[in-house]
This record gives sequence, structure tokens and C-alpha cells, in this order.
Amino acid sequence: MVDYVFERHLSGGIHIPANKDTSTAQPIRRGFIPAKLVLPLRQHRGSPAEAIVQVGDRVLRGELIARAGPPPSAAVHASTSGWVRAIEDRLVLAGDGVQPSQCIVIETDGRDEREPPPAPWPAERAAQLERIRSAGLVGLGGAVFPTAEKLATPVPCKTLIVNGAECEPYISCDDMLMRERAADVVAGALLLTDLLAAPLCIIAIERDKQRAEEAIEEAAKAVNDPRLKLAEVPTIYPAGGERQLVELLTGDEVPGGHYPSEIGYVCQNVGTAFALLKLVRDGEPLLSRIVTVTGAGIREPQNVEALLGTPIAELVELCGGYNEGVLRLIAGGSMMGCALPDDEVPIGKASNCIIAATEAEVRIDPTEWPCIRCGDCAVVCPPRLLPQELLVAAHTADFQALNLFGLQDCIECGCCDVACPSHISLTERFRQAKRSLAMHDRQLKLADESEQRFERRERRIEEQRGRSASLIDRLKGEATDPDAREAAIRAAVERATQRRDRSADPE
Amino acid sequence: MLSAVVILAGLALALTTLLIAAARLVPSGDDGAVEAVERVLPRIQCAQCGYPGCRAYAAALVHDGAEINRCPPGGAHTIAKLAELLGRDELALDASRGSASLQRVARIDEAECIGCNLCARACPVDAIVGIPQAMHAVIASHCTGCELCLAPCPVDCIRMVARRG
Repeated sequence: MVDYVFERHLSGGIHIPANKDTSTAQPIRRGFIPAKLVLPLRQHRGSPAEAIVQVGDRVLRGELIARAGPPPSAAVHASTSGWVRAIEDRLVLAGDGVQPSQCIVIETDGRDEREPPPAPWPAERAAQLERIRSAGLVGLGGAVFPTAEKLATPVPCKTLIVNGAECEPYISCDDMLMRERAADVVAGALLLTDLLAAPLCIIAIERDKQRAEEAIEEAAKAVNDPRLKLAEVPTIYPAGGERQLVELLTGDEVPGGHYPSEIGYVCQNVGTAFALLKLVRDGEPLLSRIVTVTGAGIREPQNVEALLGTPIAELVELCGGYNEGVLRLIAGGSMMGCALPDDEVPIGKASNCIIAATEAEVRIDPTEWPCIRCGDCAVVCPPRLLPQELLVAAHTADFQALNLFGLQDCIECGCCDVACPSHISLTERFRQAKRSLAMHDRQLKLADESEQRFERRERRIEEQRGRSASLIDRLKGEATDPDAREAAIRAAVERATQRRDRSADPE
Repeated sequence: MLSAVVILAGLALALTTLLIAAARLVPSGDDGAVEAVERVLPRIQCAQCGYPGCRAYAAALVHDGAEINRCPPGGAHTIAKLAELLGRDELALDASRGSASLQRVARIDEAECIGCNLCARACPVDAIVGIPQAMHAVIASHCTGCELCLAPCPVDCIRMVARRG
């Protein structure tokens, strides 16, 4: 049975149509091998991975092809066997939008030959974390933060929250995973609980995912672990946001600028738990993820277990191709996703959903009306900010005000955009403002440091000038004054004698 | 009538004395003005304005009526702010002052560097390291892109490249 049922206990948030039914109508499609893989070296938050293969190399399924950079970072593996055909810059989807990244392009051979199985799962925690790091595991909920770094918590973990809320419209990959692989998800959740030595593990599922909930319930009953609890959370966007879920389940608010792990809570997505199980049980690094391919522009919307690096075009082809009238291709959900430039962009660790949206699904009229200061945005803002004030500050580039009104606490959920009666694209402004604020802070830091370095240098040059001036004075005095000259000669003779005595008598 | 004249004249005299005394006793606040102007400048000490460092330029702006368009890295943004702060008219940037930009950093070509140390001595923020006769290098995170190291290099082995990150 469900252990906790939560009614509404979330500040802000909105009710929006989920649009998930079409993609959950059929089971997850597995086993597809594309003709080509494009594996970005930067699919995660943090520093890019470093390629260790060369063009022309043959690689096997599960082979390490790029090792993790300085932390936080994650390794990249070949998702199937084939040949490395190119290492080049391409547009990819990283944790924070579409960006150019170096990519390893692999031509697959369809044989899917594997690496020999690795050594058995180690017993010590440090070695386990190292294995997770080298397996390239990252959070699969969308933020793609390296898992090993997230599990190395600064304070002991009170509660592990396994996030199966999946509140964003269109996305159904977690729902389908829980329905079809409930036992594996539960086993993975318990592995995470062991790794964190957490006394409590809560699997949180949104109320509208009854089938997933039943499946998880059954799997949990089968293992019967007292640490494991199941929670049903209200169907409201963004209940599945990390900070929102922690607050919803525990009542504790995560302080701005800090991670939940700093107050004893760790959130992991159900997909991450499943990936960890595959690593521990089968020795398989992160090679695939479940992607929801949906939207009215897709012939057969469904969930696909796609190899990382699969070009979106091949994935769409697998799902029956495009319908007429596709206006925009979106990676991610309809609220936080970003528009893609084309369908050559590959599936990365962050790609939970691909939407081919038609005219009915996207906003086409870009007209914005002035802010009427109605305050609707503040009502729906989950981190309790004042978007209308932030908008003014962003417009005037008033960095002090942006900090004062907590721009950094904006989770970019998009609720204010939906609520705004003037149709102002608030979230996009805030993203831009975050970028210019970061730039401003960097420049200010450089200016302060430069000023200090300049002043230190001036002082040093002044001192050097003073020292050489006094030396010149002394030498001048010795050269002109006979007494001083005598004294200097005597002192030099004295020093020479002492040195001779010392070397003669090495005591 | 007379009493009114006396009272007003006396009042005027007293207040004038008070004002003169206040002007003498209370510090003029020039340093405050210089500091405020300096805050508006990019403070990367590139010296392209012709003054040795941002503070010197700020002082010249306040005291000597230096032109407000001599700061290439600050650009139009800084000119606008200076115009507002000093109550002057906005001017176009004096292009002859140089092309320093925060978006670029210096890079030394390792193969060409002869280790003469002249660039390190020219750097206003100690961003170049290296001992004489050995290869020198620019610490990119400290470099302000002021271009002061370009001219002294006898083998022209320093280039300006885009700043990363």
C-alpha cells in the first residue's frame, strides 16, 4: 500500500494538461541500433569528458571512449560496436540548452559486440563511487548532474527521495519505466539507499500515474524492506522539481544557493536508479536511456529505449516519421524544454523527451502586452519569487535588484509564463538575465583582482626603486669620502679573513 | 526701513562667513568623486587612456577635465555612465586610444618566445610568468586583455585570442 498520500502542500505551481496518453499507449520499444552514433563529450553538467580514442579505432559496446574530466564530470562509452569515423564539434543538447560540443561519431556495425564483463562490484564505498564515476552515470531526470558527485554528500543523508513524479507535460519515460521495470527500479532504489547509508527511502509518484504506482507497490511488497516507503504526490506542475519535491515530502525548504544534500536529502530520478542497477548487476555503464518521442507531429508516439548518441532523425523514423505541419522540434517537456535547430542533434543523457509540435501545441503569436502588475506570476511561482519585480530589474539590467529579488533561486519552470495575462516570456528573460549576471560578476571579479594586482605591482616597483636608490647613495659615499672608503676596505678584508678561517677549520 | 536693511545685511554677512568657514573646514570630497568615477571604469589597468592606471584616469577626469572617451575596454557603456556622473555630453570613443577588450586575452607563442622578459615587465597586473632565457606564459584568468605586452615583444610572438569561459 501507499505509505504517504500528500494533498496540496506546494507553494505555487499550475495545473496543465499532461498530454501523456498518446505516448503511454504502447510498451517501450527496445533494441534499436541506429546506423550512426554521435556521442557528445559534454552531455552532463560540469567539465567535458576527454576523448581517448582516435578516428579509425574499432570500439565495442560499453567501451570507454572518453574519460571524465575534472569533477564534476562524467565518462562517455560507446553505446554499441562500430568504428570511430570522426571527432568534431557539433550542436548538442547539454544540461543547459543547445551548445556546440566535441562529439565522437561512430559508424555502427550492427553486431553489438560487447566488452568483456568487468570485475565484480566492489565492496568499499569509495571504490563503488569510483565505478559509478567511470561508468558515466548522471542524473537522468534532466539536470544530468554526475551521480557519483551527488552521492558524496557533505552531511549524512536522512532521506533518499527517488523521484518518479514526472510532472512535466508530454514526458512519460519515467512512468513507462516504472510500469515495465518496477522490480528493477525498486532494486536500484535500495542500492542507492545502501550507498548513501540512508535510513529512509521514499519513492514519490504523482497521483495520475496509477499503473506505475501499482507496479512499484507490488515490487516493494516483494522485497519488503522497512526502509522503503511509497508516497503519492499531487498532480501539479512542478511537483517533481527537486527542491519542490523535498519541500512537499518533508516540509523543509532548501535554502537558496544550496543543494538539498546539504540539509540531508538526496533526490535521484527513477531512471538513475535503474541505470545504477544495470551497472551493479550487469556491469553495464550508461549506454542508453528511455526517451519519450511524442507530440502531434509524430506518427506513432511512444517511448524508446534509445542508445545514447542516436540522432533524433533516426529515432523519429523509428516512430513512424513526422506528420504534416510540424512547426517546432523540442527537446525536453513543453514547459522547460528548448527548441532544437534540426533533427541531427543526438540523444544525450539529458534527453528525456522529444516533442514534434504542431501549430496547436506551440505559441505562434509573439505579441507581448505590457505588465499590468496583476501579481498572478507571484502566485504560481514555486520558489516564491516576485517575477514582475525581476522583470523590471532584468529589463534595466539592475544587477543589485536581480540579486535582491533572488534571480538565482528561479528554477526556470515556466509557470509565470503560463500565468501571465500579458503573455510575457518571463522565463526566457530570466535565463538571459542569469547569463548577463554571471558575466557581470565575472567582470567585477576580474576588475577587483586586477586592481589589487596593479597596486601590489606599483608598491613592489616603488620598493625596488627605493632599494636601488639607497644602494647608489651608499656606493657614492664610499667613493668620495676617504674615511668611508677606508672603512669599506677594512670590512671587506675582515669578511675575506673570516671566510678563509671558516674553510680552514670546518668545525 | 533702516532696521530691515541692517538685519538683512547682518544676516547676509553672518551666513557668508558661515559658508566660507564650512568650505574651509569640511573636506571637499574630491577623493569620493575620484573613487566614484573609478568605480564606473573597467579597472583593468590597461593604461590605454594614456594615464598609468584607472585611478589616475579617474583623477584626471575629475580634476583636469580629461575627455571621457579615452577608455577602449569600457566602450560606449562606460562613456554613457561617465557622462551621466560628470554631467558632460556623451562622445564617441576615441579610436586612436587602442582596441583593448575584455573579451580577449594575450597568448605567447611558445616556439617563438626567446625569454627576454620584456612582456612580463610591461604587464600591469603580473599576469605573465617566466624567468629570463626561458619560455614565458600568460595566466589567462589574470590577463585583462590590455595589449600592453604586444609592443615590447622583440619577436612579435604574442597574439590576442578570444577569452574562454
